[in-house]
Amino acid sequence: MTDRKIRVLVAKPGLDGHDRGAKVVARALRDAGMEVIYTGLRQTPEMIAEAALQEDVDVVGLSILSGAHMALAPRILELLKKNGQDQVRVFIGGIIPDEDMPRLKEMGITGIYGPGASTDEIIRDVREAVK
Amino acid sequence: MSLTKSILEGNRLALARLLTQVENDLTEGHSSLAELFPYTGKAHLIGVTGAPGTGKSSLVNQLALQYRKTTNKKVAIIAVDPSSPFTGGAVLGDRVRMRDLSGDEGVFIRSMASRGSLGGVAQKTASIVQVFDAAGYEIIIIETVGAGQSEVDVARLAHTTVVVEAPGLGDEIQAIKAGILEIADVLVINKADRPGVENTERALRSTLKLGHPVKRVFRHHGKTMAVDAPTTDPHFWIPPIVKTVATEGKGLNELVEAIAKHAAHLDQSGDRVARDRARLQSEMEILLQGALMNRFLEHIPQEQYGELLEKVFSRNISPSEAVKFLLNGNPK
Ligand code: B12
Ligand SMILES: Nc1nc2c(ncn2[C@@H]2O[C@H](COP(=O)(O)OP(=O)(O)O)[C@@H](O)[C@H]2O)c(=O)[nH]1
Ligand SMILES: [Mg+2]
Repeated sequence: MTDRKIRVLVAKPGLDGHDRGAKVVARALRDAGMEVIYTGLRQTPEMIAEAALQEDVDVVGLSILSGAHMALAPRILELLKKNGQDQVRVFIGGIIPDEDMPRLKEMGITGIYGPGASTDEIIRDVREAVK
Repeated sequence: MSLTKSILEGNRLALARLLTQVENDLTEGHSSLAELFPYTGKAHLIGVTGAPGTGKSSLVNQLALQYRKTTNKKVAIIAVDPSSPFTGGAVLGDRVRMRDLSGDEGVFIRSMASRGSLGGVAQKTASIVQVFDAAGYEIIIIETVGAGQSEVDVARLAHTTVVVEAPGLGDEIQAIKAGILEIADVLVINKADRPGVENTERALRSTLKLGHPVKRVFRHHGKTMAVDAPTTDPHFWIPPIVKTVATEGKGLNELVEAIAKHAAHLDQSGDRVARDRARLQSEMEILLQGALMNRFLEHIPQEQYGELLEKVFSRNISPSEAVKFLLNGNPK
């Protein structure tokens, strides 16, 4: 029996074109031995939930630098749940003001990361979350 | 409800979960696969291969759109990308080019890492195909890694292998030398909006002539006459060349038509049945080899096996002598 690889979907929801962070994180997770499905820019919450389902991922990672996280994150969580993927852990990175963090955590976001976040820390948290 | 029952009823989450079990070779997956096997054998499998950047993913996107527009068949896409040989991780990015397909319940895209396989597809791709086939996906498109050198495994798996070339990828001769044309059932020159299409087409045509029977010229009654190649041979198929612009959806009617013609040819020549049989036989024999090996090793003391291995490592006896010894008790 082979070991089960951690599968992660890295997505950029909304109209935000900042994709450096998403790519940095995707590569870091790959280098940590994970299989990362990268969807590219301008994904709707529906597209992200659909991809998460087809790919049967353990983790969905959202990269949002546009400020639209409070609209996008709950919608994506809701769709994952509707599809029966409650067990999927959702991480967010980008520009997330401190005051939004408690509410995001409450909704069920597992980890939140801002500019300069260490990829080692992200890798450790992802591994921990899917245990 | 069992996973297989849900899958046969069209449950997509159940399908996705089984794909994971099968990909990871989990025991739960084995029994589901066995239950689904009687429902397989209906799909047409299309392999899409060619060097990175030729536009395979973009073309697969358009091809799936075209099938969805013109038929009511469900389409599955298996997109294979390479795993890092150092970390075992992978970034699977083919979905980036397939965003047009989202929102259509009749399309299912699954990304796969090659996990060390070198033939362009992953070791478990064939089993993943069986799951989709049983789940009622009548068109299954497999996009290979596209390493460009020896993507032969996809040709063994697919009914119709589409080889994608593009102008301006440098040395046309290189692609042709690599022997990838030998596996082509349909040749696509994508990026036909780019300069250099004529050169690529000329290079392809001349290589096809080398590889396939063409008009033979011989002397007859003192005159030189040309005679057609032996087209009466039912197994004879010359890969058509189709020009496409995947980013604009151009040439897709022609591509779908070429694939349909090849499918009809497979039916008429009996090659579809022959290919299916050969594939299933080899699948069974590979499993048999593994099972026999396991059973054999169970009956041999580990110590004895280890000692024998040491003798081989120290060049005392050859591997072939060691096998004879294991089977007969002496190296003769
Ligand atoms: C580079 C940059 C750009 C580049 C983007 C190039 C590209 N292809 O990515 C360009 C010049 C194009 C650009 C344009 C704009 N930008 Co700009 N940009 C930046 C800048 C300076 C750096 C972003 C960056 O690439 N950082 C490097 C990466 C590696 O870091 P990161 O993305 O933060 O990622 C890290 C973490 O956040 C986290 N992370 C990120 N994603 C994920 C995902 C997961 C799953 C996880 C676990 C972690 C994680 O881990 C990463 C590693 O540490 C930021 C300011 C800043 N300091 O952040 C502004 C900034 C993001 N931009 C901003 C703005 C306003 C814009 C524009 C609207 C400007 C304009 N008026 O035109 C446009 C919009 C472009 C668009 N289409 O969306 C604002 C956003 C304000 C806000 N949200 O409230 C910022 C914050 C600048 C500011 N202080 O005003 N920008
Ligand atoms: N000009 C042009 N570009 C194309 C065409 N098809 C694909 N591309 C571009 O070629 C690049 C690689 O395409 P992709 O589908 O990812 O290729 P793959 O690596 O073979 O899967 C992308 O930037 C596409 O937009 C085409 O027909 N014409
Ligand atoms: Mg591709």
